[in-house]
Amino acid sequence: MSKSKPIYLDYASTTPIDERVAEKMLEYMTFNNNFGNAASRSHSFGWQADEAVELARSHVANLVNCDPREIVWTSGATEADNLAIKGIANFYKTKGKHIITSKIEHKAVLDPCRQLERHGFDVTYLEPNEGGVITPGAVRDAIREDTILVSIMHINNELGTINDIASIGELTRENGIFFHVDAAQSTGKVDIDLSTLKVDLMSFSAHKTYGPKGIGALFVRRKPRVRIEAQIHGGGHERGMRSGTLATHQIVGMGEAFRLAKEEMKSDSVKVTEFHEYFLEEVKKIDEIYINGDIQNKVPNILNVSFNFIEGESLIMGLKDIAVSSGSACTSASLEPSYVLRALGRKDELAHSSIRFSFGRFTTKDDVGNTLKLLSNVVDRLRELSPLWEMHLDGIDLDTVEWQAH
Amino acid sequence: MAYSKKVVDKFENTLKNPEKFNVGRFDPKDGDVGTGMVGAPACGDVMKLQIKCKQEGNQHIIEDVKFKTYGCGSAIASSAELVEMLIGKTLDEAKEIKNKDLAEVLELPPIKIHCSVLAEDSIKQAIEDYESKQ
Repeated sequence: MSKSKPIYLDYASTTPIDERVAEKMLEYMTFNNNFGNAASRSHSFGWQADEAVELARSHVANLVNCDPREIVWTSGATEADNLAIKGIANFYKTKGKHIITSKIEHKAVLDPCRQLERHGFDVTYLEPNEGGVITPGAVRDAIREDTILVSIMHINNELGTINDIASIGELTRENGIFFHVDAAQSTGKVDIDLSTLKVDLMSFSAHKTYGPKGIGALFVRRKPRVRIEAQIHGGGHERGMRSGTLATHQIVGMGEAFRLAKEEMKSDSVKVTEFHEYFLEEVKKIDEIYINGDIQNKVPNILNVSFNFIEGESLIMGLKDIAVSSGSACTSASLEPSYVLRALGRKDELAHSSIRFSFGRFTTKDDVGNTLKLLSNVVDRLRELSPLWEMHLDGIDLDTVEWQAH
Repeated sequence: MAYSKKVVDKFENTLKNPEKFNVGRFDPKDGDVGTGMVGAPACGDVMKLQIKCKQEGNQHIIEDVKFKTYGCGSAIASSAELVEMLIGKTLDEAKEIKNKDLAEVLELPPIKIHCSVLAEDSIKQAIEDYESKQ
């Protein structure tokens, strides 16, 4: 292959900014355009910026069916998660010190929870079922007298599995516990209706939905009212919940991206579902592969596959013209295989062998076809190189071998 | 992953042309074959190295080598590099090969040094196995 651009199948890590979004953003930067500070009340520059920010807020609210006044701008979903979790914990710490979350959350949820543990909070980390789903039953069983917060993601970023946030919300509301949902992977993929969901806080990210990086939002419910302690102070912007001059161009970008998401969710989804079916059908023709995550209960834009007897990083190196990610230890800075895949209770080697393919708005059928062709070729070659594959073909059960771990 | 061009080239060439780069197997039961296998699937790498030797005087010389490796790109590149270093060497010379030598040739990033350690261990084991048969 020539030096053409690699095929991008990593939409779950980030999406490109939609051209239409980038165009809108450019209108909010330079002197000849609208560059004002939305907090400036004394002149038209400020008023125009404020207007753009409020319009964007309504676009975000509109996608998830909430009141625009319930949207707080943040620098991304990581900050939104931090604000929700630490914000609730610190505001309501006199009510209780117990938090429930899961082992398959994003680090943006797990790390704030760990931080709270260091400050005297008690956190329960729920195990997913073998399909990678956190069941309402598991949440119910973990609720205690002193539980103040449940934080469970909507769609898992590695597996694409969907948690039943409607049922979990019923449980938390009944028990007077706040419910936070990380929905970074959900917007533009599945319907979210906050007028019916009993979710108290929800985190959003722009750059997973064709908006810019560096901007996100936290939904904070007004009725029944949810209060949080601010984590960033300095001017009292965003009703005191998040200070700092608003990044108008970023916000406009997120607003436009979410407006487009609402308009194009159906057509995006039809296309991606088609790719998912095609990919799944073809990849199943490869021997000894495992789909990670409950195939009946996931979004079609993410497909996580383990290619047994092949290590994921070498597979990625072999697929050098395809941009994907792996749960392999070798692709992580920590040299630990994916904690999400490990939480499914499978063998570690299946985590090492996993690749996440994620499709999006700009994926073409050719991209998928070419990837599949290359994939089966590289898998064959790497298995030719694999002593484990050789042993498998010789009928040796690898679980009975005494390995010399080093 | 910030690999040197050497690692990438070695990996890609081995993948493209496995026979030329000594991928394969000997019958481990043969008297002139020594087999070493180190690592574990759960850790993400397993290296299997086989040497075929002949005796010349009181020296044993490595005539041919075959390997198979399950692991990341640098583990595969390290094995392929090691194999080339071994052919034609006496067992005493082969014992002198250290993981440092491999890491230097391939310019392995620090986090990947364990791949070269694995390679060193595999040759030690293969020699032991061969010597136990003599």
